[in-house]
Amino acid sequence: MPEITYREALNQALSEEIERDENVVLLGEEVAQFKGSYKVSEGLLEKFGSDKIVDTPISEAAFSGLAVGAAMMGMRPVVEFMFWSFCYVAFDQIFNNAANVRYMSGGLINVPIVFRGPANGGTNVGATHSHTPENFAANTPGLKVICPSTPADAKGMLKSAIRDNDPVCVMENTILYNLKGDVPDDNEFIIPLGQANLIREGSDLSIIAHGKAVHTSLEVAQSLEEKHGVSTEVLDLRSIRPLDTEAILSTVRKTNRVLLVEENKPFCGVGAQISFLIQEQAFDYLDAPIKRVSAIDVPQAYSKSLESVQIPDHDRVLEKALELI
Amino acid sequence: MEGLHHDTMVEKNNEPPKEVPGSTDQEQIVETASVADSEKDFSSTSMNASLSPEDKIELFNQMVRIRRFEERSLRAYQQGHIGGFLHLYIGQEAVAVGAVSVMSDNDHVITAYRDHGHALAVGMDMDECMAELFGKRTGCSKGKGGSMHFFAPDKNYWGGHGIVGGQTPLGLGMAYALKYKGLKGSCLCFMGDGATNQGPFYESLNLASLWNLPVVYVIENNGYSMGTAEARHSAGEPLARRGEPFDVDWSVSYGHDLYEVRQTMGDAIRQAHEASKPSVLEIITYRYRGHSVADPDQTYRSKEEIEEYKKSKDPINLFKSKLIDEGVLSEESAKSIDVKAKEEADASAEFANASPYPEPSELMDDVYWETDNPSERTSGGTMFFESV
Repeated sequence: MPEITYREALNQALSEEIERDENVVLLGEEVAQFKGSYKVSEGLLEKFGSDKIVDTPISEAAFSGLAVGAAMMGMRPVVEFMFWSFCYVAFDQIFNNAANVRYMSGGLINVPIVFRGPANGGTNVGATHSHTPENFAANTPGLKVICPSTPADAKGMLKSAIRDNDPVCVMENTILYNLKGDVPDDNEFIIPLGQANLIREGSDLSIIAHGKAVHTSLEVAQSLEEKHGVSTEVLDLRSIRPLDTEAILSTVRKTNRVLLVEENKPFCGVGAQISFLIQEQAFDYLDAPIKRVSAIDVPQAYSKSLESVQIPDHDRVLEKALELI
Repeated sequence: MEGLHHDTMVEKNNEPPKEVPGSTDQEQIVETASVADSEKDFSSTSMNASLSPEDKIELFNQMVRIRRFEERSLRAYQQGHIGGFLHLYIGQEAVAVGAVSVMSDNDHVITAYRDHGHALAVGMDMDECMAELFGKRTGCSKGKGGSMHFFAPDKNYWGGHGIVGGQTPLGLGMAYALKYKGLKGSCLCFMGDGATNQGPFYESLNLASLWNLPVVYVIENNGYSMGTAEARHSAGEPLARRGEPFDVDWSVSYGHDLYEVRQTMGDAIRQAHEASKPSVLEIITYRYRGHSVADPDQTYRSKEEIEEYKKSKDPINLFKSKLIDEGVLSEESAKSIDVKAKEEADASAEFANASPYPEPSELMDDVYWETDNPSERTSGGTMFFESV
């Protein structure tokens, strides 16, 4: 199986789906001539031409809404946000139009669209460019939200998202773009949305995470094993909505101790929902209160010295994990 | 009409607005835009000369049907059958009817929340529209959309959108899809005067012009964005001129004359088809009822202003007089059309009243395609976090 980067995996998914379905196009700022702000779309303009790989002005409300209108008419546009932070100027188009048209039309109109781009902090770019809106999107019935954490997931889940008949928000991470991993070189390699990935098995503690926090959690699990003799299982949610509730409950029933790790902010964040789910449906299996490590609850800081404190790191997660043992 | 800034503005403005190139009736439109209460006759212009008497009677019929439907819906609202907002189109009927009447197969319509007139004009029936207002399962959106959200994609009608200006990028996307698919069509994107102050409209104009997209932005300028007169909400006039910095052709015309609307729309659609170019059409019109019917109407305009427009510019009365003058229609046949429209509207209210409300279990339908088509579901996991 070829080893490629997360970035290349996204590129493969786009390329294969544009090739497969004439209704798929990629629109966004700098996606064509510039080859993508983060080079995700590198080579696609040369391969497919400017009808399929479309450079837009810096005009998120217009090109997001344009893509929603085109999707209503049967196209399958993929909209790239340079950062998900920039979706806020297109909020109405995503959260009102894309999310609600199917419902408000009594199911007459589908909106098969993908909004994708990086949604992460940790890159020293300050508050306006570091939003993690997966919880906003997941709070909106009508939208689906995924946060792939590995190159294979990036490819398989983006392909699923493009084939999906409803709007899917794909939240990537610039820090993961260079991450390498084995990815099947197969046009039909698909990972269904709504399936979590038990990325590491263990028996004493469950860490439930999504996005880059999965990798932090894996490092902590290794430390727990090596230095503390704690066998730790890591569940990568991959998809926020739909949510693999069965996988969550299953790991809780197995280890009876849960740590939630996310780079999302804590208040009404993804972890809050998971925590509610566990207490409601697996309360009797818990041997300790659920613990959570989130981004520190202030606007994202610019200075590296502050931001590294803000985002859950190995030591902060380890410390919290040890409180559970 | 002191309160009607948008009308007096045109009287004062002697500078003719830029005209759509290629228009066969350039002089007529310019003259009409610069002189209020123009008596200019559009009955024999290119879009209208070939109308048969039957066509004309049908256009009249469509306007009357919209008026009677909405008047009936107002009564139902007052009787408590309809909740929420009810934004009536009464006074503006010639705009939707005239515009839709010049559409061809690949022309599409999208509009804002004052959407009943466009819905009936594209051919939706009164029953499904009235039932939607009543919140009934037999409504066009199964009772899930309401007054502001009517849809009929099979009739090229894409809503019915509640957020002011929010539909302007969607209409752009429809034009984009038509062009991408190589179809010779257009999207008529209707909006109010208030929507011209929303940012996405300008972003859309920029893209429309940059990418040569066949979208026609139709500003139905009824003089008020909710309760704020044009003079108090918009700098620069006329509103259509806002297309100019983007090199988008624009014009101003009147919406009380159905013939004029047809000519204006026909020219813009032809330009969209032949040159794949956008345009902005400002159509001066007027609404007789409040922004929504429960809103106070006397805080920002006078009864006299409304009465004066009704008396001198009512689009239905004016068209009726024209057709009578042309010998196409008689008072008796006009009366008979009106009676039939009232009966149809009454019947739609009876239909809506007798229709069932949606079942609680239907609350969960129509959100995701996958949950409505479980046998073809590809995702796993939980889709809803609180269920009926």
